[in-house]
Amino acid sequence: MNTINIDIKKMNKKLKKIKINADAKNSISANRKTQKRKHIERLVEFIFLFCALVAIISVGTIAVFVFIKGMPALVEIGFLNFLTGKMWKPSAEVFGILPMILSSLYVTIGAIVIGVPIGILSAVFMAELAPKWMKKIIRPIIDLLAGIPSVVHGLFGLLVIVPFIKEHTNSLGGDSLLAAMIVLGIMILPTVISISESSINQVPKTYKEASLGMGASKIQTIFKVIIPAAKSGIITAIVLGIGRAIGETMAVILVAGNAPQIPTKITDMGRTLTANIAMEMNYAFGLHQEALFATGVVLFCFIMLINIVLNIITRKDY
Amino acid sequence: MKKIVVFLLLISMVLIGFVGCGEKKEESVSKEVNNKVVEEKESASKSSEEKTNGTNISTKKELSGTISIVGSTSVAPLAEKLAEEFKSLNPKVKVEIQAVGSTAGVKAAKDKTGQIGMASRNLKTEEEEWNLTKHIIAYDGIAVVVNPSNDISELSKEQVKKIFKGEITNWNEVGGKDEAILVVSRESGSGTRGAFEDIVSLKEKVEINGEMKKVSQVREDALIADGNGVVMANIASKDNAVGYVSLSYVDGTVKSLKIDGEDATVENIQKDKYKISRPFLMLTNGEMDDVTKEYIDFVFSDKGQEIVSLKNISVK
Repeated sequence: MNTINIDIKKMNKKLKKIKINADAKNSISANRKTQKRKHIERLVEFIFLFCALVAIISVGTIAVFVFIKGMPALVEIGFLNFLTGKMWKPSAEVFGILPMILSSLYVTIGAIVIGVPIGILSAVFMAELAPKWMKKIIRPIIDLLAGIPSVVHGLFGLLVIVPFIKEHTNSLGGDSLLAAMIVLGIMILPTVISISESSINQVPKTYKEASLGMGASKIQTIFKVIIPAAKSGIITAIVLGIGRAIGETMAVILVAGNAPQIPTKITDMGRTLTANIAMEMNYAFGLHQEALFATGVVLFCFIMLINIVLNIITRKDY
Repeated sequence: MKKIVVFLLLISMVLIGFVGCGEKKEESVSKEVNNKVVEEKESASKSSEEKTNGTNISTKKELSGTISIVGSTSVAPLAEKLAEEFKSLNPKVKVEIQAVGSTAGVKAAKDKTGQIGMASRNLKTEEEEWNLTKHIIAYDGIAVVVNPSNDISELSKEQVKKIFKGEITNWNEVGGKDEAILVVSRESGSGTRGAFEDIVSLKEKVEINGEMKKVSQVREDALIADGNGVVMANIASKDNAVGYVSLSYVDGTVKSLKIDGEDATVENIQKDKYKISRPFLMLTNGEMDDVTKEYIDFVFSDKGQEIVSLKNISVK
């Protein structure tokens, strides 16, 4: 009996020793493992940081490059002369982009007037009123609309919208600001719809339930409770739509007529800032080329302004 | 194991990004050098043959390389037909043709972004200073075209000038329907536009900001089409439109008008009866590489000028 006890004690001691040894080994290799893991994690984080830096560096490089190339022209032509000059005649070294600025503004405003109401109401429909089977059909179609290249939108405008405008208005050829507004309105629809829809979906269900519980109809709830609650998301959608409309080039070139004149009515032809750059950059040299870069500077400033407005609006808590 | 794989993928992605950038820069700079090197190697191995055979175009030399031809949309169709024939004689040669407008073509020749620049007008004074070699390969007419449904079939040069200036605004003022005229013009870098405005006297000296400058008088609300093809598409689809295109583009979709009683045909231009015409220039900068020289020689050869005279006027 005693020998068995002693054996057991010895065995326990041995086991303890083995366990201590094993623990020690485990802790050393565990230490090494965690160290290695830390290093790898840090390296991978650095790579992610690097990728993000690439994006930042790109934006910075574009901004710096465009400004450097465009500033000499602004100085030589004269800041005010350039921005408010009414004639663009490069062969005579006359560079005034007021017609282009106005055309860009009109076309963008028109696109917003056409695209935003349709977009927001579509978003409301998709988020609140559509049955599930309809949502399944409509959502991929809207995504498809988002994926259509801008030049194809332009072709559609050229083949369908321009002749339509020619027949039904007093427009000379159908190519007009109105055609550009319609085409751009269609192009910004997917952006406005998807962002508005997701922001409407994010409105807490309690708002809707409280409103309905107090006796409001579904439509009243939508317009008086849900949309105001989703305001910041909807405004984001609008601002993104503005950004897309002002930057669109190819579709506008195909349908707007590109006459460098100040448009006085919707059926007049116009040339946007982007169309001006795209059409003339191929063959411009000297001051003409620098003037086109200066046009790029103006565009850049517009976009920065839009983004600042967006940041101010979305920072406020609604 | 998984982490190592992801890690390796990330590193390779970053490195490929760098590698790609680096190669592209060198590529664009050394592309021309590469071409020249290929040419030199070819010519070095064939130079002994050349010296004994002389510059006889009919002897089949294995010419290879790429020619980049940039410029006028008016010259481009002719350049393409010539290139097709040239390629059948020299199958290893590649000819790339970009139609972006005469001024862009002259600029490309100056910047050496293309071996040959095409222009459908004479060079301006600033462009003369760049010392490019001018090869006049053909003469071409500019046709004034309207939609086939338009009743008008002829105009005087004075009427054309007034229509484009905007002094005549309705077709019924020149004997047609009661419809507002839609003027289709070209972008300001177009050689066709430059030649047209010079010939129809559409440029006038105007005072701007205290200086006298020669400025185009085409009406401000003319539709600007970039390229002969776009003009054709616009005229063909709008029944009140009028515009000008290179004679070689005219086909059944538009109607070409008689100017001062003369049809726009090759014979009338050769007899100097139809006045609206201009030269086609191919411009090279400095020493041409072998492929380019062969192409230019081909253009001036009998076969080349035969192709020219199909739709344009040959220089021989």
